[in-house]
Amino acid sequence: MTRLAFAGVSCVRGGRLLFEDRSFDLGPGDAALVTGPNGVGKSSLVRVAAGLLAPATGAVAVEGRRALLAEASALDHDRPLAKALGFWAAIDGQRDAVDAALDALRLTRLADVPVRLLSTGQRRRAALAAVAASGAPIWLLDEPANGLDTVAMQALETLVAGHRAGGGIVLVATHLPIEMPGATTIRLEAA
Amino acid sequence: MTVAAALIVRDVRRAWSQGGASLPVAFFLLVAILFPFAVGPDSSLLARIGGGVIWAAALLAALLPVERLVAPDADAGVLDQLAIRGMSMAAVAAAKIAAHWLSFGPPIMLAALIAAGLLGIDHETLCAVELGLLIGTPGLAALAVATGALVAGLRGAGALAGLIMLPVAVPLLIFGAGSIEGGPGAVKLLAAVSLLLLAGAPFVAGAAIRAGRA
Repeated sequence: MTRLAFAGVSCVRGGRLLFEDRSFDLGPGDAALVTGPNGVGKSSLVRVAAGLLAPATGAVAVEGRRALLAEASALDHDRPLAKALGFWAAIDGQRDAVDAALDALRLTRLADVPVRLLSTGQRRRAALAAVAASGAPIWLLDEPANGLDTVAMQALETLVAGHRAGGGIVLVATHLPIEMPGATTIRLEAA
Repeated sequence: MTVAAALIVRDVRRAWSQGGASLPVAFFLLVAILFPFAVGPDSSLLARIGGGVIWAAALLAALLPVERLVAPDADAGVLDQLAIRGMSMAAVAAAKIAAHWLSFGPPIMLAALIAAGLLGIDHETLCAVELGLLIGTPGLAALAVATGALVAGLRGAGALAGLIMLPVAVPLLIFGAGSIEGGPGAVKLLAAVSLLLLAGAPFVAGAAIRAGRA
């Protein structure tokens, strides 16, 4: 069963305590919204959930593959968008998922355009498409709404809702409002 | 294994498409050309030191792309994405070593043919040099990737890379140049050093990547 759970997780970065004793438990179809002011540790929480940072205390339980949307898109700038996405999809064994992901984020028209020529919002959508194409049941999205216009925001919300309906888990860290019905809110406050 | 293959193909393609592979070769030839200017046109002297010159040039050429081996992937989030897919950073480093060697080893060996002509090296010496390069360049590639991982994200990474890499490469240089006249024993020592670097570098690089994860 797909699961993402924090049990009493604290995070220390550079000798500074960012958040302390955070617990939540997400199962299939669940979503969590991490909110709070800048620099409070939203991205760090996502990176702890991704296993890229070790928690200072507590434990993270993960069942199922994870997909991460981070600040950097990890798409090769000199390659056409479809090929850049295809590299990751091939590693995930999801070569066929690229076209659907491009379509879901309205990027089909840009499939042959090199990634470096994409705008900020288009690049963000491309990174989201990489997450969507990964086929991973657990999505960890760090500021997915940055640079998105209203149409793209709707596409993002539809994508997230569809993923949850299919039994997936979504953890979103954002300072912009994102519509996610029934999502747990994890509010981080400045210490 | 397929992930490693995909990574190797990607890195080799990137090295060639960005001119990263031709740059070390050009640098290698330039160093080889500079030596005759420095020591004078004495052909017997040049033929005698030629093998050593080629080795020194290969070492400097291996140092050239160090900054591009790991740092761009760390910045672009590629390493994070590989980590979240369950790949160990040591395996990523091993793939990077293979890719770096493919885009630098064989071209240097080809360029050594030209350098041998410029320096007036005879046929037998050239064969010994090429054999030495075949054995030694994988070690150089391993060292370059490990160094690249250690200095990734630091300011003045290029200068620092030289300070870290060149002293560790001295055994390769000694046994590499020594193998030209030293016979089978020296070749075995060169192979031993190269193997040691190949075996150790992925773990050093993997640890450095994990430590540098911000």
